[in-house]
Amino acid sequence: MIDYHALAPELILAGTVMAVLVVDMLPVRKYWTAVIGLVGLFATIVPILTLGFCESLDFCASSGVREMFGGSYVIDTFSLVLKGLFIGSAFVAVLLSVGYLESDRFWQGEFYFLMLASVLGALVMASSRDLVTMFVGLELVTGPTFLMAGWRKGEARSNEAALKFFIIGVLSAAVLLFGMSLVYGVTGELTFTGIRAGSVGVLDGDLSGLFIIGVLFTILGFAFKVSAVPFHFWTPDTYEGAPTPVTAYLSVVSKTAGFVGLLAICYLAFGEVTTLWGTGLWVLAALSMTVGNLIALRQSNVVRLLGYSSIAQGGFILVPFGAAIAADVTGADLEEAFFATVTYLVIYAFMNLGAFGVVIAVGNRLRSGEIKDWAGLFSYAPGLATMLGLFFFSLAGIPPLAGWFAKLVMFRSVLASGSGWAGALAVIAAVNSVIAFYYYSKVVISAFMEKVPDGVPVAEIREGRTAPSLQFALLLTTLGVVVIGVYPPLVSGLAEAAKTFATGF
Amino acid sequence: MEWFESGWGLSLVVFLPLIGAVVLLAIPKAEEETQKWTALLFAGASFVLSVLLVFRFDFGEAGMQLGTNVDWITAINSSFHIGVDGISLPLVVLSTFITLLSIIYSWEHWPEPHNPKAFLILILILATGMAGTFVALDLILFFVFFEVVLLPMYFMIGIWGDRDEITIPVFNITTQMRLYASIKFFLFTLFGSAFMLLGFLVLYFKGGRTFDMLELASNGAEGLLGSGLAVWVFAALFLGFAVKVPMFPLHTWLPDAHTAAPTVGSVLLAAILLKLGTYAFVRIAIPILPEQSQNWAPVIAILAVIGIIYASLACLAQTDMKRLIAFSSVGHMGFVMLGIATMTPIGINAAIIGMVAHGVITGLLFFLAGSMSHRYHTREMARLGGNQTLMPIMGAILGFTAMASLGLPGLAGFWGEFMALLAAFSPAAGLSTTLFRTLMVIGAVGTVLAAGYLLWMLQKVNFGEPKDEWAGHEFHDVDIFEKMAWVPMIIAVIAIGIFPRLVFGATNDSVIDLVAKAFGG
Repeated sequence: MIDYHALAPELILAGTVMAVLVVDMLPVRKYWTAVIGLVGLFATIVPILTLGFCESLDFCASSGVREMFGGSYVIDTFSLVLKGLFIGSAFVAVLLSVGYLESDRFWQGEFYFLMLASVLGALVMASSRDLVTMFVGLELVTGPTFLMAGWRKGEARSNEAALKFFIIGVLSAAVLLFGMSLVYGVTGELTFTGIRAGSVGVLDGDLSGLFIIGVLFTILGFAFKVSAVPFHFWTPDTYEGAPTPVTAYLSVVSKTAGFVGLLAICYLAFGEVTTLWGTGLWVLAALSMTVGNLIALRQSNVVRLLGYSSIAQGGFILVPFGAAIAADVTGADLEEAFFATVTYLVIYAFMNLGAFGVVIAVGNRLRSGEIKDWAGLFSYAPGLATMLGLFFFSLAGIPPLAGWFAKLVMFRSVLASGSGWAGALAVIAAVNSVIAFYYYSKVVISAFMEKVPDGVPVAEIREGRTAPSLQFALLLTTLGVVVIGVYPPLVSGLAEAAKTFATGF
Repeated sequence: MEWFESGWGLSLVVFLPLIGAVVLLAIPKAEEETQKWTALLFAGASFVLSVLLVFRFDFGEAGMQLGTNVDWITAINSSFHIGVDGISLPLVVLSTFITLLSIIYSWEHWPEPHNPKAFLILILILATGMAGTFVALDLILFFVFFEVVLLPMYFMIGIWGDRDEITIPVFNITTQMRLYASIKFFLFTLFGSAFMLLGFLVLYFKGGRTFDMLELASNGAEGLLGSGLAVWVFAALFLGFAVKVPMFPLHTWLPDAHTAAPTVGSVLLAAILLKLGTYAFVRIAIPILPEQSQNWAPVIAILAVIGIIYASLACLAQTDMKRLIAFSSVGHMGFVMLGIATMTPIGINAAIIGMVAHGVITGLLFFLAGSMSHRYHTREMARLGGNQTLMPIMGAILGFTAMASLGLPGLAGFWGEFMALLAAFSPAAGLSTTLFRTLMVIGAVGTVLAAGYLLWMLQKVNFGEPKDEWAGHEFHDVDIFEKMAWVPMIIAVIAIGIFPRLVFGATNDSVIDLVAKAFGG
């Protein structure tokens, strides 16, 4: 029997995807495709809320965890929180795109169709509890983004972005499938719970080596998706070449989807080999933070800088996974780590989308993403400059902006276990957060403290207006960054609720 | 008045300036008068309430008072726990006092590029961060307030700071002083506080799963940590606090930051921000990690005394008046740290009165340096001279403040230095008397050097004949806003100098209690 209430978010979003295509064919302004998309996303929130507060609603038949299709598809608080995050981020991403797409002759209907289809994939991932569903969901997230990255068809850079992204994407899919097939082969199970149960016997038998290789390849596949060093090569070029709203989408929704897959697979399917993935992700986290930050120091273009910054941020998000490196890690420690990852993902979505929003708004007016051209921004666009400062310092983790809480729980998760290796990762992360401050502040210094360069049409820019949709997106993200920073329980409560399956170790 | 004593009063003292900052955001940029009055209103209210706290404070009671403890981030067991005792009370009042005077002084003295609205917002955010740090009793809350002060100060230095071009030695980059100083200030502090946060987290996990400072102390968190780990935790905290103080050899950000900052920035930096570090030693390091504090005390004391001597010698080599005062801060904070390192009630009392005195005296010195460089358009002492003739009142105040700074008995600066040295004569049991007495002697030499460089500065700046280049210049002596800002400070310097009980009366019981709890004396 199919539980339609549980599937309602996916169904509504799928309906919206179709509606966007239909509206695109009607003789109305293309603007309406975006409106339909936004309304659809908003409507998707409703069933997520009713599912979440099922207990206190009269019409809601059965509450608690809903399993479907033989345990392959599960609606629990984890999937609901993450779905909410995906929908919220996609909502902002659409808002960021509207003005951008209208400013030039882009194909709007198709763009929203692809973006929403990709979001649908993310929703599926949050609920999938077997290898095949997870893979299908992941490819649904990634497939449309190849096209979106190349949306500026006339530009060589955009083409390069799409092509690189496509080739790496296919490669990572192949690596992931290879790993998954090994895992399936040795355990004979597809569902995560089945794999975990099966792996107990496998690890004692002759095939344990094969299982370990399978686990490592699966994790590598996800490492490409979350652009962890050394699998990050595509990221800066793709981020720079793609239209900026697409970059924002890639760095938040698509990346978060990768982390969601990693969370589900590591904690559920590979629950018996925590030390194995703990070690692997420890290394990836340390490398991503360090390499991402060091290269970011040398960047002169804001988008590229944010590209490397998102690699480094990905490293920070991986840090809690590294806590599992200790052989004697306890269930409570893993819960702590799970909590930290989810918290970081939520806060990261707000601040990174906001940062890209500012980049789009300023880029629109200045027609340049070079940091030196942004000099003196504060003197002619004080509002945008202030927001720039808020988002960049939030990314750097300076209280009282939301990023500090993400960093705090990240540190907390690795120190909880008390092992030496985990502690070492905390020290690496601490040094990295100081390095990161330097390049984030570079942009802020330029915008606040330097003179306006010659040739910037200041008066014209001052007159110019930011698209209302973009203003709304900036308002949402600014509020998020400030309010969460002052009152973090808003996020920690959600993350607390989301750690449903981090228990049982 | 029940609501006032149940934490609301204290919360208002801390958050009124922040509310003021938000209100200021809504005032159009052109309406400068409204902005100034708004800022004055909120800072003034915060000061008045902090004075009211003093009257509501029960001086016979050593523990925390007038505070509250409500849930904040339950997921990580952190709560909004605030309160004051005799140690923090004087510092809270100092911070609201100096904030208010800074706004009064700013009234007609806006550094370039003007923009009073942004400048006032930054001062008010700073005020919340400073007062908050002194009242926070939860480590996470403390961390947040401790860091909140960074951004405003960073922007203050970076935007309104000194525009001289400098070349950075190793990297061979030419940049403006303000840009270099602001980022250096931030990176140093952030580096320290990142490790401080790690230390806090280890304390949490190993010390009984609480961030509450009082609970950590009474739980005997140090025993739970085990001495192997406690060393590292103390080292992490030390790094965070010592950068802020700043202690030699982590002090190098300070002269740059002070020199580059606009006048009000220097004043707030010297008067309050440095105290956050020393206060943290007293409030966090000693009660929670008493054994490690005692083990580290000789190191702290030695670094403190090196700081005293080094800073005095550096002062003698300065040509820039503001830089000289900045280095003198390093020396004075050295006395404060020496007092703390003795781990005795006398030493810690000395440290707190030293902090208050340094806040008022050095704050005033920076005001003077700022006003003078505003009039002469130079801070080069070689070009100044004859200030006493050109601006008699300014010269007199400078002379008075320099005397206070060198520790003249009867003025505020005397007590901190004298008692720190006195405490070093007989440090806490378990500390090497020989070492501390040696340090006392060296520290005493430092006071002589301090007298030397301050008199030397007076001689160069105040005395003698005006240089030829100033012939025909008309100088405005101290104006009304300067008087309104400075006279209260002068009164405070004299009052504390003559009645040190103004500070000791509050601190003594709490300090004795703190030392007794930490070392079981």
